[in-house]
Amino acid sequence: MQHLLSPSIMRLVLPVLYAVVIVAVLPLMAGYIVLMERKVMADMQARLGPMRVGPHGLLQPIADAVKLLLKEDIIPEKADRLMFWLAPLVSVTMALLAYAALPIGPAFQIADLNIGLLFILAVSSLGIYGIVLGGWASNSHYSLLGALRSAAQLVSYETAAGLGLISALLLAGSLSMHDIVMAQYDQGMWFIFYVPIGFFIYMVGSIAETNRAPFDLPEAESELVAGYMTEYSGFRWSLYFLAEYANMIIVAGIATTLFLGGWLRPFAGYHDHMPGTSIELLDALPALLVFGVALYCLFLAPKQPVRIQKIVMALVGGLCLAIAGVLAGSLFASPAVLQGVHGAFWFLAKVFGYLYFFLWFRFTFPRYRFDQLMRLGWRFLIPLALVNLITMAIALLISREWGWSLRLTSILAIVVTLAVAMFLAKNDEVDSAVPVAESE
Amino acid sequence: MVLNSILFYFFSALAVGSAILMVTRRNVVHGAVYLITTLLATAGVFLLLQAEFLFIVQVILYVGGIMVLFVFVIMLVNLDVSLLQYQFNRQRFVAGVLALALGAQIFVAIKMGQKSLFPMTRVPQMSPKNTEAVADALFGHFMLPFEIASILLLVAMIGAVVMAKRRV
Repeated sequence: MQHLLSPSIMRLVLPVLYAVVIVAVLPLMAGYIVLMERKVMADMQARLGPMRVGPHGLLQPIADAVKLLLKEDIIPEKADRLMFWLAPLVSVTMALLAYAALPIGPAFQIADLNIGLLFILAVSSLGIYGIVLGGWASNSHYSLLGALRSAAQLVSYETAAGLGLISALLLAGSLSMHDIVMAQYDQGMWFIFYVPIGFFIYMVGSIAETNRAPFDLPEAESELVAGYMTEYSGFRWSLYFLAEYANMIIVAGIATTLFLGGWLRPFAGYHDHMPGTSIELLDALPALLVFGVALYCLFLAPKQPVRIQKIVMALVGGLCLAIAGVLAGSLFASPAVLQGVHGAFWFLAKVFGYLYFFLWFRFTFPRYRFDQLMRLGWRFLIPLALVNLITMAIALLISREWGWSLRLTSILAIVVTLAVAMFLAKNDEVDSAVPVAESE
Repeated sequence: MVLNSILFYFFSALAVGSAILMVTRRNVVHGAVYLITTLLATAGVFLLLQAEFLFIVQVILYVGGIMVLFVFVIMLVNLDVSLLQYQFNRQRFVAGVLALALGAQIFVAIKMGQKSLFPMTRVPQMSPKNTEAVADALFGHFMLPFEIASILLLVAMIGAVVMAKRRV
């Protein structure tokens, strides 16, 4: 038994285990994000959303998945069969591959590459080939137009989003995802407070990259039916769907790691032990929170209309109780276990918080026109990102050379960048008021 | 060590094979896909040499950037025309002679430099932070050539904008 658990074998076994867990859990998570999306949409429109399948629609994702898998699989006669077959696979493979470098906890990371962030960016940008080739292989005008829009949009916004990320990278001084989080721990501050404008630029860019509303031009249903996915059905369509949601979690994970402190809990550097124990008050918070949810579920269970729904609700309550138990139990375990379990909790909490913003934007902003999209990207976001990067670099230099506090200099940098942003916005207004008459 | 050799021959075969396929395919999009495969296989060789930064730059710039634009342009132009054209033009003879000359040059170069070649039994150990090593080289020792190359690219970019947009 002892030699089976030796470090060299664990170094091989653990990443494989993590990979299996991620690949197995991800489709389920994607399904529940869809449910969350429908529920949030319903809430914003003062409706109930899915209520029939399971209590409060909790089993709806499973019903949806079964429906998708049983659908007929159609390949258009004039399609390029090989490419049509290959394209969704490219999308979903690249989306899953990016998880290899995402740190979900201090140890829960498949591979801590020293080019981790670049790896995730590179691999997730390869997913565009799935969209472009799928749109081309369908041999349909709507698909092709959707694919072209998608490629143009990705190339434009990737630049801005990347420049936004670099402003945080300056502070971290490393490309390894693990080291980026540890840099935030050492500096005692999440990078969002140093570079809020970089975070804003990345957020807008990441919404555009994942083709979400209000930048969902590639699949705008009022113009292009369903864009690049028009000719896809059944399982292949659901692969695209999975890739889209996997990419959403990836961009949320990048933002969490770079700007929101990754797996660190809030006030990670602040320790206040409860009298007489080694437990900290903030560490007990997740367990209490999930315990509250469990109690609420159990309280709701008898009120469900149908017997099966009562049972399912009680099961959900039991599951929450179990999670609360694990979270509470890890308080008494060794620090490594505590950090691992709670790290995953905080990471997922931040990821879903970020995704909530995605949903919020989707249901509040109207869709952009394509020329507006391009103008916003090239004339506003990219110049702003460049200015933000330069001011932040100067702020960092001043604090290193002259010993000023980085908090002070970063605030100065933010003020300067905001002034430039106002100038850019005003300039853009003047430009866009002039009718576009450039093509002759 | 065996694994390294296997991986090297795998990536090389993939690169050469898909480069040949890229040239011989009639369909332009298929050609582009094979070019992407070639670039990715070359990136794999970089990775075998532990040049991680070069690997990722190859993937981000060539595969993720330039090739996306290639595919974008291919889809904008009319494909049906290119399917009807002659795939290989009539300068086969000249091309053959040039290829032979190039092959002979490479052969002679290898033959002459054989003494200075040494069998690589071990990958030279780089420092784990080769991003910083690249940055040190580019912004330290090779600062001037690097800046000249950047200005060249900038000029090319401005030139393209001026040509595309007559009234600036």
